[in-house]
Amino acid sequence: MNIVVAGCGKVGTMIISSFVEEEHNVVAIEKEPSALNEVTNIYDVMGVCGDSTDCDVLTEARIQNCELFVAVTNSDELNMLSCFIARKMGAKHTIARIRKPEYNIKSLSFLREQLGISMAINPELLAAKEMFDILKLPSAVKIETFSGRRFEIVELLLKDNASICGESLMSIRSKMKAKFLVCVVQRGNEVYIPDGNFVLESGDKIGLTAAPTEIQKFLRAAGIDQKQARSIMLLGGSRIAFYLAKMLETTGTTVKIVERSEKKCDDLSENLPKAFIINGDGAQQEVLVEEGLNSLDAFVSLTGMDEENILISIFAASHNVPTVITKVNRSELAEMAAKLGLDRIISPKKIVSNSLVRYARALENSLGSNVESLYKIMDDKAEVLEFNVRSDFKQMDVPLKDIVFKPNILIGGIIRDRKALIPSGNDVIKENDKVIVVAANQRLNDLCDIIMK
Amino acid sequence: MNRRMVAYTIGQIIKLGGILMIFPLIVSAVYVERHCILAFASTIIISLLFGFALTILCKPKNYVIYAKEGFVTVAFAWIILSLLGALPFYISTEVPNFFDAFFETVSGFTTTGSTILSDVESMSRGLLFWRSFTHWIGGMGVLVLMMAILPTDSGRAMHIMRAEMAGPVIGKLVPKIKDTAKILYLIYFILTVVEFLFLLIGGMPVFDSIVHALGTAGTGGFGIKADSIASYSPYLQWVIIAFMLLFSVNFNLYYLLLIKRFSTVFKSTELWTFLGMVLVASGMITYSIYPMYQNFGDSFRHAIFQVSSVMSTTGYASTDFDLWPGLAKGVLFLMMFVGGCAGSTAGGLKMSRVILLCKIVHKDIKKMLHPRSVASVRLEGKNVDNATLNSVTTYFAIYAGMILILFLILSFEPFDFTTNLTAAVTCFNNVGPGFNKIGPMASFGKYSNASKFILSIAMLFGRLEIYPMLLAFYPKTWTRKN
Repeated sequence: MNIVVAGCGKVGTMIISSFVEEEHNVVAIEKEPSALNEVTNIYDVMGVCGDSTDCDVLTEARIQNCELFVAVTNSDELNMLSCFIARKMGAKHTIARIRKPEYNIKSLSFLREQLGISMAINPELLAAKEMFDILKLPSAVKIETFSGRRFEIVELLLKDNASICGESLMSIRSKMKAKFLVCVVQRGNEVYIPDGNFVLESGDKIGLTAAPTEIQKFLRAAGIDQKQARSIMLLGGSRIAFYLAKMLETTGTTVKIVERSEKKCDDLSENLPKAFIINGDGAQQEVLVEEGLNSLDAFVSLTGMDEENILISIFAASHNVPTVITKVNRSELAEMAAKLGLDRIISPKKIVSNSLVRYARALENSLGSNVESLYKIMDDKAEVLEFNVRSDFKQMDVPLKDIVFKPNILIGGIIRDRKALIPSGNDVIKENDKVIVVAANQRLNDLCDIIMK
Repeated sequence: MNRRMVAYTIGQIIKLGGILMIFPLIVSAVYVERHCILAFASTIIISLLFGFALTILCKPKNYVIYAKEGFVTVAFAWIILSLLGALPFYISTEVPNFFDAFFETVSGFTTTGSTILSDVESMSRGLLFWRSFTHWIGGMGVLVLMMAILPTDSGRAMHIMRAEMAGPVIGKLVPKIKDTAKILYLIYFILTVVEFLFLLIGGMPVFDSIVHALGTAGTGGFGIKADSIASYSPYLQWVIIAFMLLFSVNFNLYYLLLIKRFSTVFKSTELWTFLGMVLVASGMITYSIYPMYQNFGDSFRHAIFQVSSVMSTTGYASTDFDLWPGLAKGVLFLMMFVGGCAGSTAGGLKMSRVILLCKIVHKDIKKMLHPRSVASVRLEGKNVDNATLNSVTTYFAIYAGMILILFLILSFEPFDFTTNLTAAVTCFNNVGPGFNKIGPMASFGKYSNASKFILSIAMLFGRLEIYPMLLAFYPKTWTRKN
């Protein structure tokens, strides 16, 4: 697929890198020659130096035959304008990064319709949503949903006190009433697709598919804490904090926002009437302790500096805050933070690039592939895909135990007639089913790819 | 330095080199030249063994390369390929001196076309074909060929492409480097076939047509006649003139024509400056040699043939231009430096660099008159950033310095000033013939082995645009801490 990406900043580079990995033809547009050079040196893309609202530049980037145009420069207005021009010049789909809350809250749908923007992405809003999901179910590291929330995949970190540690999957399954499937396990840096004899250990990160209600049952039975966070402190009054606080307000949670700048505090208190706004320096430990760090359910560090977020999160974790979420933008630092023991790390640019990859695959879907949705889990080492079963699938109505799958592939769930089904060896795949496939260390484009040839 | 990756890529190149030698092997088989068949077959076996040994032993753990690795890979690939390419000449005993064989092969791969052979016509067909085929391979670049046909292991192959392709700025035609390489080779291949057909129609024998088409495409210049192109008909000479010029045009322009962006092509400053320069130089030479031929048609044809040959750095000759008067020789000598357009198969300084140098000079002079003036340099309707401008001036300084040093070294030989100077200039710019003792009808055979070796290295410096070779032999490239 031909994709044009305008803007090679942090997010742009990340997006380009994932598109190149997906083997798309990518053209990068960037104003700053040095930033463009950096990108064209590292990735196999064509670079065009110039402004993304300049018709000549867009022509040079072959906008006429591009399927997807993504504008992620640092200005919302520029992104919208270049999407508009690109659309008029022949780009089939356009995506703009629009970050300002003003656009997002009031006029987004109007703008999208008028400018012909296929999707508006807001990294901060997406990050806030992801954090909100975690805060709802604090024991989970990550939650993703499939087809109208009938199925969820939950990433869980097994702590020492979980009762299922040291037991094989088979025995866990026979003991519990809940319908679930442990479909992927990350231990250290390796990702496994477990079979029934696999014994879980504390420290493992497991990926679990089940219907949302079953997940609650499983957590209760497994002795994993599942209380929703009720008292939460946000450090840093950034845009993410604003969106997150707005969402949390609706669930009746107490939210405290600690922010250094007085002006930002004023703005926040105007827009968030229910939240506590504290004007203070979060890097000062007394401020945090005084504001009740020890009695919190969750702590979220959202300042603009990755290093600060990591250090303060470690401090919060040492004060026995049960759930600590850390925003880290730079992927090198995210890896190091994970090594330091922080398990809930959220990177807005990674969320953006994942959602764009998903969008691109869905576009290809309309061009012949049948991927319904796609998530990357376990630090991107495994993918979970939802496929529509079409008539060209060869192993229709064959019991799963008789199908020879490729290694590291697992059917995590089947959705038939709007009902979620946890598959066992005797189940079959039928036409028009939706099948959830977990694949470790590989990339799938088609349901037929899962069968050993 | 990711040495494994360098060795691995070179291993791939050697294998590819071995496979390409199947073509001269076939030619030798067609003409039943037993000693050549043996020579090519043994070279192919040696290359494949060596290539597989490298790729198997040095299977890299990580495929990440940086600019440094790109330069070093390109430099060593070319040196090793030239050494292997020299083997058929040596094994077949037609060129008994290995330095001669090496010089001839480097001259082939770098598309120089300088020869050490005093009697070309007695060579066997297989070797003559191989000589010209090296032009074709070297013209567009063997690593680019590798990228076009082999699966690439590294997404950063741009570093290699940039090191091998000529010109101050190398861009891609399409987003993927592999597709870019394929398109370039496709254009190259089609143009070569078209020239072959034109030559065939003009009554040139099949073998001669192939050899000359390959030689023109790479802008190389190895002929198979002692008098180069002089004995062929004027029609054939005009065909060769046209294709020498076509192959020294930036290949990106052909791609732009293919995707129907005509206006960009017709606005190309480099193209028009190049053609203008060809016409002006031809005009001056016609004026200078008119008394010799007493016929405008012949004078102009010879003039434009030699100008295209020298500017495209091919090196064919339609007449012994060494006998021409001073003005004509002077113009030709200057044209040796200019070369063709960037992104073509031609050598030399490159038209776009010459244009940029002139513009830089103009800008700086203006700055002296109006110290507060702010002026930017534009080329092809685009602003050229200061980093590129600096690199152009630096390149020119190194380029001039290297030619002078080369000239100084050659002066140890017992030849006159003109011979040594033009030998240095012609080899460094990959043109081919010089004046006096190394004129178009003479050969480099009289130079000593040491000088031949130095000239061979100089040709590689010129073809790869200095930096790859310079960095490969720069000690700091190899130290672990840098």
